[in-house]
Amino acid sequence: MALRKFRIFRGDSRETGELVEFEVECGEGMVVLDAVHRIQAEQAPDLACRWNCKAGKCGSCGADVNGKPKLMCMTRLSDYPEDEVITITPMRAFPVIRDLATDVSINYENNRRLPHFQPRPADFEDGEFRMYQWEVERPQEFRKCIECFLCQNVCHVLRTHDKHQEFIGPAFFVRTAVYEMHPADVGDRREHLKEHGGIGLCNITKCCTEVCPEKIKITDNAIIPLKERVADKYYDPLRWLLRKLTGRG
Amino acid sequence: MGIDCQRHEFDVIVIGAGGAGLRAAIEASAQGAKTALICKSLLGKAHTVMAEGGAAAALGNMRAEDNWRVHFRDTMRGGKMHGNWRMAQIHAQEAPDRIRELEQWGALFDRTHIGRIHQRPFGGHTYDRLAHVGDRTGLEMIRVLQDKGVHMGIEVFMEATVIDIPVVDGRAAGAIAYWRETGRFLLFSAKAVVLATGGIGKAWQITSNSWEYTGDGHALALRAGAELIDMEFVQFHPTGMIWPPSVKGILVTEGVRGEGGILKNSEGERFMFRCVPEMFKGEYAETEEEADAWVAGDHVNYRRPPELLTRDVVAKAIMRENEEGRGSEHGGAYLDIASKRSAEDIRRKLPSMHHQFMELAGVDITREPMEVGPTTHYVMGGIKVDPETEETTCPGLFAAGEVAAGLHGANRLGGNSLSDLIVFGRRAGLGAAESAKALAKAPAIPEERVQVAIAEALRPFDNPSGENAFEVQAALQALMQSKCSIVRDQAGLEEAISGIAALRERARRVSVQGNREYNPGWNTAVDLRSQLDIAEMCARAALMRTESRGGHTRLDHPDSDPAQERIENVITRDGDAMRLESRKQPDLPEDLAKIIREGA
Amino acid sequence: MATSHCCKDIIERSFGATLRRDNWWVEPLTMVVVLLGFVIYSVWRAFEHANYWGGPYLSPFYSPHFSVDLPRWCSPAFLIIWVPAGFRFTCYYFRKAYYRSFASQPIACGVGKPWKSYSGESKLLLFQNLHRFFLYLAIAFIVVHIYDLVKATRWPVSAAAAYTSPHHAAGPTEFGIGIGTIVILIDVILLTGYVSGCHAFRHLVGGCIDAPSRVFLGRLRHRIWRGVNVFNEHHNMWGWISLAWVGFTDFYIRMVASGTISLEFDRLF
Repeated sequence: MALRKFRIFRGDSRETGELVEFEVECGEGMVVLDAVHRIQAEQAPDLACRWNCKAGKCGSCGADVNGKPKLMCMTRLSDYPEDEVITITPMRAFPVIRDLATDVSINYENNRRLPHFQPRPADFEDGEFRMYQWEVERPQEFRKCIECFLCQNVCHVLRTHDKHQEFIGPAFFVRTAVYEMHPADVGDRREHLKEHGGIGLCNITKCCTEVCPEKIKITDNAIIPLKERVADKYYDPLRWLLRKLTGRG
Repeated sequence: MGIDCQRHEFDVIVIGAGGAGLRAAIEASAQGAKTALICKSLLGKAHTVMAEGGAAAALGNMRAEDNWRVHFRDTMRGGKMHGNWRMAQIHAQEAPDRIRELEQWGALFDRTHIGRIHQRPFGGHTYDRLAHVGDRTGLEMIRVLQDKGVHMGIEVFMEATVIDIPVVDGRAAGAIAYWRETGRFLLFSAKAVVLATGGIGKAWQITSNSWEYTGDGHALALRAGAELIDMEFVQFHPTGMIWPPSVKGILVTEGVRGEGGILKNSEGERFMFRCVPEMFKGEYAETEEEADAWVAGDHVNYRRPPELLTRDVVAKAIMRENEEGRGSEHGGAYLDIASKRSAEDIRRKLPSMHHQFMELAGVDITREPMEVGPTTHYVMGGIKVDPETEETTCPGLFAAGEVAAGLHGANRLGGNSLSDLIVFGRRAGLGAAESAKALAKAPAIPEERVQVAIAEALRPFDNPSGENAFEVQAALQALMQSKCSIVRDQAGLEEAISGIAALRERARRVSVQGNREYNPGWNTAVDLRSQLDIAEMCARAALMRTESRGGHTRLDHPDSDPAQERIENVITRDGDAMRLESRKQPDLPEDLAKIIREGA
Repeated sequence: MATSHCCKDIIERSFGATLRRDNWWVEPLTMVVVLLGFVIYSVWRAFEHANYWGGPYLSPFYSPHFSVDLPRWCSPAFLIIWVPAGFRFTCYYFRKAYYRSFASQPIACGVGKPWKSYSGESKLLLFQNLHRFFLYLAIAFIVVHIYDLVKATRWPVSAAAAYTSPHHAAGPTEFGIGIGTIVILIDVILLTGYVSGCHAFRHLVGGCIDAPSRVFLGRLRHRIWRGVNVFNEHHNMWGWISLAWVGFTDFYIRMVASGTISLEFDRLF
C-alpha cells in the first residue's frame, strides 16, 4: 500500500470546474477506477463517474487520464511512476454533466440516423444466411466496438472543432462499416456517409485508432475503405464515365 | 403541492435495457404498442454485454441429433429437476428461431465450414449448442437488438432509475423514476409494465455483477404485490478472477473450458475427474486421453471433459480443494488452457480473455495458467411468471430475463441465459402489448402515491448526518459473502437475517452530501432499499430449503431431498414484511417426463 | 483535499495546450525534420540536372528517362517526379504524417491547436481522392524501375563500349552486378512493398467486395486482399523505408555519376 496523489476534475461545466486534489491508499493491481471508487467511498460520495462492468467490456468509464483518453477500469496505476500525480478529467469532446460524467446523447442521436441493416433474402429455409467464417471476420472486427466513445473524444474534429452536427465521428464510421461490409447486406450507405456522415471531414490522422481499447483499426479498416467507396461513387472520373457509357448506376 | 415530475404516457413501458428488455420492447413496438424503454445506465451497457460464451439453441448445425427435446432435458437436469417444465419446453422449442431472427437483424455469428451458424460446446449441454461470436456473444446480441430497437422508434429513457411501480385497482399502472443526471422525477403511466432488470449480485462482495445489479426489479415486484420464487438459488460461477485483489470476481468465461481449458489444484492434479456426481456418472470422460480426444474435435466417439460439468458442481469442487488444502496461491484453482491449445488458437477463440488477463493481471494465458475461483454470477430465482405470457401474479406486470424465475430451476446452464432473454423477452413484449390492448387508457395514478414514493427516495437528504451509503452497502456485501454464499447453514442464515434487519436500521439513517444531480452517494442510498429486500428474500428462502440442490448448498443438509424437488418457496409482501410459503409445483406431463427418463 | 484552479490545459484552446505528460512533440518534430530534409534534397537534385546517371545506373529521380529536347531551365526530372511525389503526397499514411506535423491538424492527439476553422478533406483537399490514379501510375513506375534494374545488370564489355547516355551503351554489353545493382534491387523491393500496401490498391483488389463467396473469383480476390493487408498493416514502415532508400539510391548513383565512386570500385563481378 502506498499513498498516491490524484487531481480530479470537479464541476458541472468545463469553464467553471476545477481540479481537486485527493490522496488515496493504493494497493497491488489497482486500476484508476478503483482509486476513483475509493475516493467516492471515503472522501467524496458525490463524485460523479460512470462505470458498469469494470472489465473493459461495457465502455462506460472513459475519461482523460493525464490528458490521454482511457478506460479507467483498464488503466493500471502501476503504469505511472509512483510519485506522479494522476490527473483525471472528463472526456473533452462532450459537455460535462458533472465531474467525470459527460453528456454523450449526441452519439445516440447519430446512431438513430444511420441507415439500418438491409438484408438480402435468407439462403436457407430456416432463415440463416450462407456466410463463411473467412468473410464474416472483416465486419466482426467492427462489432468489437464497445461504444466507449474514446475515439469520438480524441478526434480533433469533435474534440477541438465541435462539429458534432456535421460529423458522425469514428465510432459511427465503424458502425456504418459493420453493415456496409456485412456479407448479407445489400444497402448502399455512401450518400449518407458523404452528405450526413461528413466523412470528408476526417483527415485520417489516426488518433481514434490509437485510443481504441478494443484495438479496432478504425482508420485503416473502417474509415479509409469507406472513403474509397465514397470515392468510387463521387470522385472517380473514370468510373463516372464508365457509368455514363454503360448506363448503369 | 408536492415535488413536480415530468409526465409520460405509454402503452407499454419496459424497465431494463439488456437483452430481455430490448427484445420485449421490440416485440411490443412491433405489435403496435407505443413503447418506452427505461434503463439505469446508458443504452447498450447492460449486463448482457458481459455474456461471453454464447446462446444455447438446438439449431442442429453441428449435430443433426440435437433438437428441442435434448435441450429441454439438459435444461431440466441442469436445474436439478426443479425448474418449470413448461418454460423449459418453450425455451428449447423457440430458441433456434430467436437466434436465426437475430441473424436476420444483422448479427454476425461465427460460422461453420459450410457457412451456417457455428455452435460451441458448453457445460451441461449434450451437444455443441452455443451460437457465439468469439467470446463476446452478449455484446453482439445487445448491439443487434439496440440497433433494431432504435430503428423501430422505441423511446429510450437512459440513466433513469425506477423507484416504484404504482398499482391501481390491482393492476400495475406505470412507474415512478428519477433521472440520474438531474435528480428530477419522472412519472410514466402505462397500460402494461415489463420488468427486465436483471439480477441481484451486487449484494455480495465477490461478484461478476456491476453496480446496477441491485435487484431493483425483484424488489419493485415484491412491493407491487407479485410473487417471487426460488430466491435461494444463486449461481456462483466457478471461474472468476481472484488476483490481484482489485479484479476479484471478474468473470472468466466458461468458453475457456469449452475450448479445452483444464482445472488443476496446487498439486497439479486434474481434480475434476473425481468430482463427477452420481446423476452424471458415465456421461463424462474418465481419462485424460479421452478428454483430450474430445477437445481435439471428436465429439462423437469420446465423452466431454469433467471440467464441463454444470457450474454448481465445478464451483463446489473448487471450494472443496481449498478446504482440503489443495487450493491455488490465492485461494482458488488453476485454469490452464496454454497446455491444451496453441497460442494462436487462444488469441483467436478467446481474444477478450487474453486481453483481460494481460491488462488486469499481467498474465499471458497463452503461456501461463489463470488463477480462478467462484464468483457470484446469476440468480435463478425471481418473479414468478406465467410461462406463456410472462405475466406476473400482479396483473399488468410482466417479467423476463434474469429477474423472472422458473426456467433454470436450481442451477442455470451456461448459454441458457442469452437464449432465455430473447425467447421470454419476446413473449413478455407480446404479452404486455396484448394486455395493453385490452385497456382503453392507462389507469390514472393518484398523486398521493407519487409523492410518497418521491419522499421516500429523498429522505436521505433530510438526515442531517448519519451513515455513509457506501459503507452500509459494503457491510451488506460482507454479510452476504460470509453467511449466505456458496455454502450455507442454519446458524449462518439466521445471523444473516438478523444482520440484514440491523442494516435496514442503518440504511434508514443514511445521509447524503451534495445535491440530486448525478450523485452516486444518493443513487446508492436509493438502491440500498432493493438490495436489503433481495438479501432478505435470499437468506430467508435459503433457510427454508432444508436440502442441497444446484446453486443452494446447506452444510447441515448436504443431500438433495427428493421430496423437495418440486417444492418452491414463494415470497409475497405482507404489509411491510415478507411472507414465505412452500408450494408444490405441478408435475411433469407424461410425454415430457418420458424425455427425462429415457433420453430424447 | 486541496483545490487548484481551472487551467488552460483542461480547455485545450491554445497551441500545445494539453494535460499529456509524455513527449508528444517528438514525433511531429522528427517528421518535420525528416520530410523537410527529403524534400529539400530531392528538389535540389531535380534542379541539378546533372549526375543522374552513371554506368548502367539511372537515378530513380530521373526515371523513366525520355529523350526529348527540353528548354535549358527544365530538368527532365520535372517530367516524371510528380508521379512518385503525387503518390506519396496523396498516400493515406503520408497525409496523416504531414497533416499532423506540418499543418498541426492536430499536432498530436489531445493537444490544442491554433486554428479555429477546419474543413478537413471536404473542400480544398478533395483532390486527395485521386490517390487511386497516382496508384495506377505508381504501378507503371514499378515496371519502369524493374526495367532499370535489368539495365543495371548490363555492363559494357570494353571501355570503348561504355555508356553514352542513360541505358545507352556504345557497344556490346554483358551481365554483371555492382553495388549499385543491389542498391536498385532493394529500392525496387521496397517500392513494391510500399505500393502493395496502398489503401486504394487494397480496395481495388478485393476490399470493395462484401460477400466474396458470392462473387466471381471472389475467394481468390479475398486471398489477394488478405495478402495486401499484410503490407497495409505496416504501410507507414514501408513508406518511410522506401522513401529513405529511394533518396539513398539517388545519392549513390550521384556518387557514381560524379566519379566519387568509380565504376571499378562499384562492380562486384
